[in-house]
Amino acid sequence: MSGIRYLLRRLVLALLVMLGALTVTFAISHVIPGDPARLYLGARASEEAIVAVRADLGLDDPLPVQFVRFVSNAVQGEFGYSYRTKRPIIEDLAERLPATMELVVLATILALAVGVPAGVLAAARFASGFDRVMRVVSILGVSMPAFWLALLLQLFFFLWLDLLPLGGRLSQTTSFLHPVTTLTGFHLVDAALTGNWVAWRDAVAHAILPVVVLATFPVSLTLRMTRASMLDVLAETHITAARAAGLHEREILFRLALKNAIVPTLTVLGLVFAFSITGAVLIESIFKWPGLGSYMLDAILNDDIPVLFAVTLVVTVIYIVINLLVDLLQAGLDPRIRLGESSVG
Amino acid sequence: MIREFGSVRAVSAERPASGAARTLLAALVNPPAGSARRHVLGDRLAAGALVALAVIVMLAVAAPLVTPHADQGRGATSIEDKLLAPSLAHPFGTDALGRDVLARVLFGARTALASGLAIVLIGVVAGTLLGATAGYVGGWLDEAIMRVTDVFLAFPPLLLAMTVAVVLQPSLENAILAIAITWWPWYARIARGQAISLRERHYVRAARGIGVSHPMVVLRHVLPNVMTPVWVQATLDLGAAILTVSALGFVGLGVPQPTADWGAMISEGRIYVQTGHWWVPTFPGLALFVTIMAFNLAGDAVHMATSPRGRAMQDA
Repeated sequence: MSGIRYLLRRLVLALLVMLGALTVTFAISHVIPGDPARLYLGARASEEAIVAVRADLGLDDPLPVQFVRFVSNAVQGEFGYSYRTKRPIIEDLAERLPATMELVVLATILALAVGVPAGVLAAARFASGFDRVMRVVSILGVSMPAFWLALLLQLFFFLWLDLLPLGGRLSQTTSFLHPVTTLTGFHLVDAALTGNWVAWRDAVAHAILPVVVLATFPVSLTLRMTRASMLDVLAETHITAARAAGLHEREILFRLALKNAIVPTLTVLGLVFAFSITGAVLIESIFKWPGLGSYMLDAILNDDIPVLFAVTLVVTVIYIVINLLVDLLQAGLDPRIRLGESSVG
Repeated sequence: MIREFGSVRAVSAERPASGAARTLLAALVNPPAGSARRHVLGDRLAAGALVALAVIVMLAVAAPLVTPHADQGRGATSIEDKLLAPSLAHPFGTDALGRDVLARVLFGARTALASGLAIVLIGVVAGTLLGATAGYVGGWLDEAIMRVTDVFLAFPPLLLAMTVAVVLQPSLENAILAIAITWWPWYARIARGQAISLRERHYVRAARGIGVSHPMVVLRHVLPNVMTPVWVQATLDLGAAILTVSALGFVGLGVPQPTADWGAMISEGRIYVQTGHWWVPTFPGLALFVTIMAFNLAGDAVHMATSPRGRAMQDA
């Protein structure tokens, strides 16, 4: 299979999966017990009002008609109105997505920055004390419930040590005296671009705990994946040859071996995203972080069904795209994948 | 989530053996033979995990006998004792309704273990049937089943489970069902891979040759041989299943009050982080953490013992 054909095949598959995800979501939305119109209007709505809303929302149309409308609306980002905020969901999403992405991106960077080097060193010193410590640390990391860790860190760093803020993206005084001008929606980037260093420091202090919590699992995952694929690569003959040729060990590890070992490790990027975004649902409300996660939790608590479906769909589409990009990146780095020698996706 | 992590590692778990229980025992009692530089730490951790698991299961089963506050474990309140700090009478303190947190944690273990097991079992049964059928029959049916599997794998699992749980209304059964819906595709993929490799084996073809029907061949010859890697994956996933059901409990989509649930207990404890009643969320979380870790370590041991690569990594 040539490179172009691989690319096209992956694109078509990703589109089909997206259509499938829409179908599943639509199917689930139609087994909801209770009348969406009644949910929208509240329990005390009159019968006429409900009939009017049913017609307005198109709930009386045949299912295929509803499905086509559902898909075309979703493609255009028309997710309807939130039952709770009564605002277009797409507007709420646009406001909240950057806050969540800020956490997710920072957690991913932290995962790679800590997990990859630690994994390389653990593999290089296989069965050493360092390797064992890393093994224990990574097992602790993958077993740690994020929502519990969040509370523990709040206890330590807010209540007992009084070092870090409890929650929010900025403290009230900062947002009042040094408000951040929104450019990208990432407070850290925006504050830096506008030279607002007071707000920047405050934003960093507020981001530390949520990012550490979200990164705990990804760091351990990246560490274990890197270690495993490094062990495979280090056993190969070209590494032995390089050693025999007298190359510096750091050169061997980080330039020669890691180049090959990083390809399977890249798979974790998709998983890291999936974990961070679902983790965000659990911990954003703990840290009062105004992102998608706390939006989704509010929706859960208020039976705000359209919001649930909208968040699920948007996050799923981002997830599919990230997995697609990771696959393409891997294929770009490893010709065996795009030539179909190993079956991926 | 952890389960994705597990499946990344365990895709290559293909060594035939007979039954997960025996594999687990073999892994823990007889570490891989012929390894001069065995990972001693790994063995100790695995043995420790098995002991911890045995203790957790026993405590859960015997919960009413272990605690003098079994009624509170089931939900009875005692408001005059509310929010007492840990003491000899209440080693884990009491919660906002005066219930002994230790009793709640012990009864919560029942919820956690039972729901984790139920999720994995439903996932294994549904996934294996679909996957083995797809792999054995092949053709368009295979294509159709596997594309559906892809679609379910495309959702971040916890998110889909939450949406389904909201739609179904909160209860333990619905939480289990909601998670199981996101759980089966992993087993379907493994079972399909196994079934494809079995399809052309002589004994399967011989069975067909003497006139055994397709469903019978699947039941008698394909399924039993598909199960080992599926069980390995299932043991790896138990910790993740318990974590997921606790996460649903944490957001209020798990078992309703007054049944004890670790996730819900941690969630109730959230407001006490600011008032200093640290024990309310800390102990249920600790129980959850230790349980998940014990399952992860045991799962690791099974994986090490069953996959050639895992063994190589351990022995090298």
